[in-house]
Amino acid sequence: MVRPAGAGSVLPHILLSAALAIMLAPIWFAIVVSTSSVSDFLTGGLGVLPGDQAIANYRTVLVTGASNVGLSPVGPMLLNSFMMAVAIAAGKIAISIISAYAVAWFRFPFRTAAFWTIFITLMLPVEVRILPTFGVTADLGLLNSFAGLTIPIIASATATFLFRQVFMTIPDELTEAARIDNAGPVRFFFDVVLPLSRTNIAALAIILFIYGWNQYLWPLLVTTDTKYYTVVMGIQRLAQSAESSPVWHLAMATAILAMLPPVLVVLSMQKLFVRGLVETEK
Amino acid sequence: MAGVTLDAVRKVYPGGVEAVRGVSLDVQNGSFCVLVGPSGCGKSTLLRMVAGLETISSGTVRIGARVVNDLEPAGRDIAMVFQNYALYPHMSVYENMAYGLRNRGTPKAEIAARVAEAARILAVEPYLQRRPRELSGGQRQRVAMGRAIVRQPQVFLFDEPLSNLDAKLRVQMRVEIKRLQKSLGVTSLYVTHDQVEAMTLSDQLVVLNGGLVEQAGPPTELYRRPATRFVAGFLGSPGMNFIAGTAAEGGTIRIGDLTWPAPVGAAARPGTAVELGLRPEDLRVADDGEPALPFTVEFAEELGASRLVHGRIAGSAAAVQLPAEAAPLLGTVPVTARAEAVHLFDAETGRRL
Amino acid sequence: MQAKRVTFPGRILPALLLLPQLAITAVFFLWPSAEALWQSLRREDAFGTRSEFVGLDNFRQLFADPAYLASFSTTLVFSASVALLSLALGLLFAVLTERVGRGRALYQSLLIWPYAVAPALAALMWSFLFDPSIGPVAKLLGRLGLPWNHQVNGGQALILIVIASTWKQVSYNFLFFVAGLAAIPRSLLEAAAIDAASPWRTFWTIVFPLLAPTSFFLLVVNIVYAFFDTFGVVHATTQGGPAQATTTLVYKVFRDGFVGLDLGGSAAQSVVLLAIVIALTAVQFRFVERRVHY
Repeated sequence: MVRPAGAGSVLPHILLSAALAIMLAPIWFAIVVSTSSVSDFLTGGLGVLPGDQAIANYRTVLVTGASNVGLSPVGPMLLNSFMMAVAIAAGKIAISIISAYAVAWFRFPFRTAAFWTIFITLMLPVEVRILPTFGVTADLGLLNSFAGLTIPIIASATATFLFRQVFMTIPDELTEAARIDNAGPVRFFFDVVLPLSRTNIAALAIILFIYGWNQYLWPLLVTTDTKYYTVVMGIQRLAQSAESSPVWHLAMATAILAMLPPVLVVLSMQKLFVRGLVETEK
Repeated sequence: MAGVTLDAVRKVYPGGVEAVRGVSLDVQNGSFCVLVGPSGCGKSTLLRMVAGLETISSGTVRIGARVVNDLEPAGRDIAMVFQNYALYPHMSVYENMAYGLRNRGTPKAEIAARVAEAARILAVEPYLQRRPRELSGGQRQRVAMGRAIVRQPQVFLFDEPLSNLDAKLRVQMRVEIKRLQKSLGVTSLYVTHDQVEAMTLSDQLVVLNGGLVEQAGPPTELYRRPATRFVAGFLGSPGMNFIAGTAAEGGTIRIGDLTWPAPVGAAARPGTAVELGLRPEDLRVADDGEPALPFTVEFAEELGASRLVHGRIAGSAAAVQLPAEAAPLLGTVPVTARAEAVHLFDAETGRRL
Repeated sequence: MQAKRVTFPGRILPALLLLPQLAITAVFFLWPSAEALWQSLRREDAFGTRSEFVGLDNFRQLFADPAYLASFSTTLVFSASVALLSLALGLLFAVLTERVGRGRALYQSLLIWPYAVAPALAALMWSFLFDPSIGPVAKLLGRLGLPWNHQVNGGQALILIVIASTWKQVSYNFLFFVAGLAAIPRSLLEAAAIDAASPWRTFWTIVFPLLAPTSFFLLVVNIVYAFFDTFGVVHATTQGGPAQATTTLVYKVFRDGFVGLDLGGSAAQSVVLLAIVIALTAVQFRFVERRVHY
């Protein structure tokens, strides 16, 4: 590595520390507030260190909820979020990997047409076609259901593309060897393609888990029944109350709980996460 | 075991390209047949048609007495060794060898026995639990062969199996393949672009060019009596010298203002454009009175066992191979060859005259 | 679009494999999009019982509506700010971590996690920091003589959502710039050092041009993000206010459609957004193609 000898070895550390302070400030204060009592921040007694109300606040948020500000218990919401994120990630991967397999390893009529149909979906984020998509979902009777929460966002051109790209790097000779070894398309998929795509699947699963967990607009639209609330979307009621009533401590505790799972996933599986991110955007 | 018979086999790709333009071939049971030729000559396509990896546009392929045109690769009772080995990267050596047997429902105990036997023959026993990426190139090559052996197929197909190895290993594996094939006695089809591999391995050598068989037969016959100028030029290293000339009266050849008596048995109509072919190792310094051509020396390469002298004959680049201990050649010297080592080709058709 | 050279025979199996993806695509993507297109050309009466074909009337009305035009310019200012800020910071952080030897991995871990935070949560945390009555940053600004209240000041509200959106996106750009920097051949930097280029000069004449493809790609991605993924930021904090100052296009589609129940108008807005997405995607793909040949 070429670096000017001796020079600039401290400056980057100083600048990076400043950067980290800014980047970490929101989360730090969120922790501080989520462990303080109402009186702490109403009287201006809010310090820069966590308070002593952690257990009380988090218990309120998780278990009992706060009906006066429209907050139902977050525990079930977390479970919903988790199920939705896993369903979206698993569903997207399953659907995409088989469609990519079909497009890569078979020649059939309308193959190109099918591919472009999938491609078009890439261009249409749910935000763009909110109202009609909502209409279709309502017509199908999927409002306030787990299916309605997940299925409409489960088709993914990105994942299909990614898998097709991965598949194109699998040498043709492996397919030929498999044909000689008496492995048909189904056996080849399970015995060769799937194991060889394992890392890509894992990396993609992380990205899609985060994507699913952080869904906001769609759950907001299709759920009116608190039974189906997800935590990221459920928090907006609190956010709106926080501006007028003193519930910042509960809002922040909820926020911390809502971001914990995806953040932990990123930090504990950093290598795979980075790989997944870079790959999906190729 | 069984032989392989090709009858007027053609391969036309959807784009209209005709890769194989009618090849008939009879590979005897237990023999080692090598298909050789420059890239694009159709040799790999031909092999892959036997394997069932390419469809056959017309003609028939038989393995033993069975026409296999419409059989899946797995149903043809063949095994193939690929150029890049095509080992399943996520499976151990053992699993790689066992996979084809498992898919055919071979009993576990028999799989274990056959893999163990193949591993013993190929000396890969210590690596059975390793993944392919943990092996050296030579070891991967052995595993690829092991995968073919365990199947105990009717025919082995080799698609340039040695081209990914370094020069030294290539020679070593070449010898091993030959030894293995002789001891197992399995009919083998082997594709290569390397004429040394082709010469050394084959019982039957097939030179392909432009989708057609130029010549097929025992390797020494192809070497000694090449049927075409193409075969003559393709086989042998250093390559044959070619000197352009014209057939003249009395069976002689005019080369510029020189004259060379035509080779025995060759009869060309006077005035036909011909090419005289002389292998460097067949040339020697002529004694007085022998028919000879003047060779103008330019420089020499010492090859250790011999010396290759480069120069010109009648303006064409040419080489003469001499024993290493021969006296150095200088200036212009007369060179000659035995009558049966002088090849004559029609310059237009390339056929032997 | 190519298949592999070696393929399997059969037609029924591939059809079955494609079926789920195509079915969902048709039901939840193609059909709604067609419907948006159809509705954008029609208008419902006040009771929602009848609708009639009005041609491009909805679009004409849309572009004559000062509120929509204001939302357009808000979105442009917002997206440009978010894209440029997060690009600049991402690059800066990446270059800085590249320059430290010890602790690089730690800095990187600490800088990437905001990617995992939902935009709505990011917005919530920042709106606490800037809360006019108790937020630490707002207090600090007040003490500096810069009174802060994004609940009444539209410009400040816009700044707030820019900050929250940028904060989340910096991690993403940072990651790609780190990868981009790592891909620059060491030998080039060594050659520059032998040519006696200063680190500053080396950066601008060698490193920065080599990062240009990455930067351009990220620019498009960031604009898409700012346009569409920041709905949560707006919805969870400013709700488009005060006085429409933070009403981005996506937020407006949502509000006009679900709160205003203006089907035709909302559909027309969807179609405009659709056109923007298609344009951005086209730019991105042209670029991807170029990058392949790079």
